[in-house]
Amino acid sequence: MAEALLTVSGVIKRFGGIAASDGVDLSIARGECHAVIGPNGAGKTTLIAQVSGELRPDAGRIVFDGADVTHEPAPRRARSGLARSFQVTCLIPSFTAIENAALAIQARQGHSFRFWREARGDRSLNEPAMAALARVGLEGRANVPVGALAHGEQRALEIALALALEPRLLLLDEPMAGMGPSDAARMIALLDGLKGRVAMLLVEHDMDAVFRLADRISVLVYGKVIASGRPEDVRADAEVKRAYLGEAA
Amino acid sequence: MRVPVIDRPRIATFLLFGLLALVPVYAGLFDQPFYLTLFARVMIFALAAVSLDLVLGFGGMVSFGHAAYLGVGAYAVGILAYHGVDSVLVRWSVAILASAAVALFIGSVSLRTSGMYFIMITLAFAQMLFYLAVSLKAYGGDDGLPIAQRGAIGPIDLNSSTQLYYLILVLLGLALALAHRIIGSRFGRALEGAKWNERRAVALGIAPYRYRLVAFVISGTICGLAGALLATLTSFVSPSYMAWTRSGEIIVMVVLGGMATLTGPIVGAIVLLVLEEILATITIHWMLILGPVLVLVVLFARRGLWGWIAGARHG
Repeated sequence: MAEALLTVSGVIKRFGGIAASDGVDLSIARGECHAVIGPNGAGKTTLIAQVSGELRPDAGRIVFDGADVTHEPAPRRARSGLARSFQVTCLIPSFTAIENAALAIQARQGHSFRFWREARGDRSLNEPAMAALARVGLEGRANVPVGALAHGEQRALEIALALALEPRLLLLDEPMAGMGPSDAARMIALLDGLKGRVAMLLVEHDMDAVFRLADRISVLVYGKVIASGRPEDVRADAEVKRAYLGEAA
Repeated sequence: MRVPVIDRPRIATFLLFGLLALVPVYAGLFDQPFYLTLFARVMIFALAAVSLDLVLGFGGMVSFGHAAYLGVGAYAVGILAYHGVDSVLVRWSVAILASAAVALFIGSVSLRTSGMYFIMITLAFAQMLFYLAVSLKAYGGDDGLPIAQRGAIGPIDLNSSTQLYYLILVLLGLALALAHRIIGSRFGRALEGAKWNERRAVALGIAPYRYRLVAFVISGTICGLAGALLATLTSFVSPSYMAWTRSGEIIVMVVLGGMATLTGPIVGAIVLLVLEEILATITIHWMLILGPVLVLVVLFARRGLWGWIAGARHG
């Protein structure tokens, strides 16, 4: 692949004696939806945390859009187009939906050292924030405090916040976690609508979603990528069957 | 969603300032000049408490050393007066700049830690400044330093207790308005967002440290002004202004009045200091009465006294 958007090479991350990432290699093309699957404890969330900058790898390199970001702090990576959603809903509880989205917008617009103008009435924040909510179907819930939103709505807001950053790569850590079938179907449709426009690194246990959305799939087991390729190839791979899919079936 | 211009917290705040403005009238009517000094002191601590609320309530930074800025502001005024600097504007400007510089230094070090460590390190810095003041024999050491002249700002004669009282009232009002402005701004949202969910703020591209540090410096500066006012009011500075119990009292004012409410800490300062004054005339063990009162308020008024006065959501 000539010009990958994200290249992870030889990334190692140890917690005590356990290697959560044991030489991970991964590349994601522009606009590609790349799913990472694997059993619990395979190191999927650790991988996302290293790409987003929350964790620093012990060894290896992470290159995003041609720049080595291995040692860049997380906020800077977010500003350069790497946005993530969290496995466990991670929102600002005392803010309303639109206030959460507006915080993402103001972060995207640059520094927040503006002390005087009232943020609540600022149309340059509220209009793009409302647009981000509308993309996930939350425009009717803009003024509801986060705590009063349903679980599915909170998950959608997670995605809206990431989208509000206008990322080039979306890091999705189990976006369907804890969702009922109807919410999950809505989420799959939402992500499907983003395909081709935003590259995605999708960590997900819901295999229906993975095989429907992913252009490529990498299988992570004990911190190592044991297979990587098109969904049909990965599904056919004997080692994958033994290590993962077989277990589930 | 626009909040109506006239709402309950706003009315309550204006009422509060109206009552404070009437104190000199009352004191004059009933010939009780003592009330003027008491409430001037109350408002100075209210100013310090509002400044603490900016970092404690909105930034989640439990500074256990805010008396340090009170002391720095006060000593700046005292030392300049000692060396014959009569201009109040110069005294107060230096006090503000000095406390800002000290807050910048203490904040930049302390904010590398969080939680319990942050509490301890802010306390440690304040204690260092306390003992520094004790060791300054040239400026009175333990005994403190009297200030000969309160001075004047243009036509305002600070030797007049009434004029000084109203000046403090105006400064408190301005500081409160400024704090409201800051909290409602983008800066305030970044600060509050990082307080409630640092992980989320970071993921959005907000690096909390710099916002917290700036908030810390703004807070220390306002508290330094309170210190300058305290030195001017009492015509005296002493290391006791920086005692760690003083830092604790300011925290109590904020918690009692209501964290993250801005006006609440003013109520907290009034209630704490006035109760202290009343109970001290009844018994020297007044803390025995005040202690349980504090416990009850913290237990039953989740947003402090202000939550009870102004309704559930803050103003």
